[in-house]
Amino acid sequence: MSSVSKYFSGLFTGIFSLLKGMSVTWKELWTPKVTQQYPENRDTLVISERFRCELVMPHDENNEHACTACGICQMNCPNGTIVVTSQMIETEDGKKKKILDTHQWDLGMCTFCNLCVITCPSDAIKFENTFENAVFTRSKLVQKINHEGSKLREKKKEVKPVETKPVVEVKTPVAEAKPVVEEKAFEEVKHEEPKAEKE
Amino acid sequence: MILNYSQPLEVTNLTSWLDSALRSSMSEFWVLLIEFVIVGALLLTAYAVIALILIYAERKITAFFQARYGPNRVGKWGLLQSVADMIKILLKEIVKINRSDRFLFFAAPFFMIVASMLTFGAIPFGKGLHAVDFNIGVLYVTAVSSLGIIGVLLAGWSSNNKYSMIGAMRSGAQFVSYELSAGFALMTIVVLAGTMQFSTMIEGQRFCWNIFNGHISSIIAFVIYLISGHAETNRGPFDLPEAESELTAGYHTEYSGLQFGFYYLAEYLNMFIIASIATTVFLGGYLPIQIQGWDAFNGIMAFIPSYVWFFGKTAVLIFLSLWVRWSFPRLRIDQLLNLEWKYLLPINLVNIVLMVILVLTGLTLKDIFGIL
Repeated sequence: MSSVSKYFSGLFTGIFSLLKGMSVTWKELWTPKVTQQYPENRDTLVISERFRCELVMPHDENNEHACTACGICQMNCPNGTIVVTSQMIETEDGKKKKILDTHQWDLGMCTFCNLCVITCPSDAIKFENTFENAVFTRSKLVQKINHEGSKLREKKKEVKPVETKPVVEVKTPVAEAKPVVEEKAFEEVKHEEPKAEKE
Repeated sequence: MILNYSQPLEVTNLTSWLDSALRSSMSEFWVLLIEFVIVGALLLTAYAVIALILIYAERKITAFFQARYGPNRVGKWGLLQSVADMIKILLKEIVKINRSDRFLFFAAPFFMIVASMLTFGAIPFGKGLHAVDFNIGVLYVTAVSSLGIIGVLLAGWSSNNKYSMIGAMRSGAQFVSYELSAGFALMTIVVLAGTMQFSTMIEGQRFCWNIFNGHISSIIAFVIYLISGHAETNRGPFDLPEAESELTAGYHTEYSGLQFGFYYLAEYLNMFIIASIATTVFLGGYLPIQIQGWDAFNGIMAFIPSYVWFFGKTAVLIFLSLWVRWSFPRLRIDQLLNLEWKYLLPINLVNIVLMVILVLTGLTLKDIFGIL
């Protein structure tokens, strides 16, 4: 290619590529804006369930939790964020039992490594995605995560009500869908029920 | 002609009323003095206000090019953002630099602002809104606007800072090179229009803007003028005098407060000045779109006041400048000088000869179609 034709082809390919670049940015001008308007969009904001922000101890409606105060979370914490204090009490049967006094977690020191949640043998604690954790004083970062007056959930009591009722409830909708086969099963259940009552 | 159409929204009505009111009660000397002061104050105000609007517009458009919203917290849609920035910059301390050339250091921003202010005065903003109408307007504008580079070079020299120095030197090389192209591009149109006076040049474009009148040659000159004007303002892909990654902020690294504000203001105003000169010379200035023979259409178009036309056309060119700025990566210094000396200048020289041939052989659109 001679130098003259190189000059002109360079000129025109240059102009062409510049125009192409401008057409790209022109399209970009009209694309929807991706900025999240944070304080305004609180209602529609989606934070992943797995996002670890705050250590919580789930309590049920009776103000009961699952923590046995074994202290495994405290032992596994790499930087001493968790302090579990417990006390020994004597139950009605005269047995000695260790119960949770306070489960203290320091947000300012936590690295959100999740080791406490993984190693907890009774699944008593978990991380929640409540991310707005800013406070004005450092002392507020240290939180007691078990509720006031809460106690350990008794495992054996809860087993019984779960057993019988769901069997009937689950089978009825299925019976509507497949009438021929399932009706027998439905009747069988019905026949059995009075027996159970008599017993 | 246009004088027959009603133009109730023009400022000419107001200015001529003011002038006759003053003249009826005062001697010639006092009338002129008062009018000079008013014009000067208005120009200075317009200078600041246009810069504020441009800064806001630039930030918004930049944000849209980058799929963001831009300033939207201060006032409705962030409209007060640049006002807040101005107040901030006025309140900031003017830092004195050790071992700098104190006098030149303080003088430099004034060169910058005075150069762009002098150019600003010669722009025809609308019918009757033309402060200085020299018969060599184009030459005046080219001469005066190139004074700004002295401010840049002085700033780089007096700061006693290697970044400022390198930035100023790059800016000098760039400015000198591209001023040549810009001058030649304007010269091409001077050949076409046959005048250097802005007012006659605009009146000559009533039915056929210069960019259409000289067709091929005019369009080439227009593109070259936009490129070199863009390069003169140290913006966009030509902003290597202030390349952040290598020179922190270039020639104004050491400036703070209002002195930095002067450079900031002058940068935006230079963008406006380049766009408005391009509007005046190529796009018919403040004239509305007029088509010969379509009287009803012309009447409607002429009803829109001339300053709206001027600022509208200028805004389109400024948008083009922003579009270019946010599309292309920064040039290296060798690429920058290659573009000027190997491409723009030779093309420009050929183009000016082509324009002379077009005018002499009667091949302009006005000659071909017999437009007034």
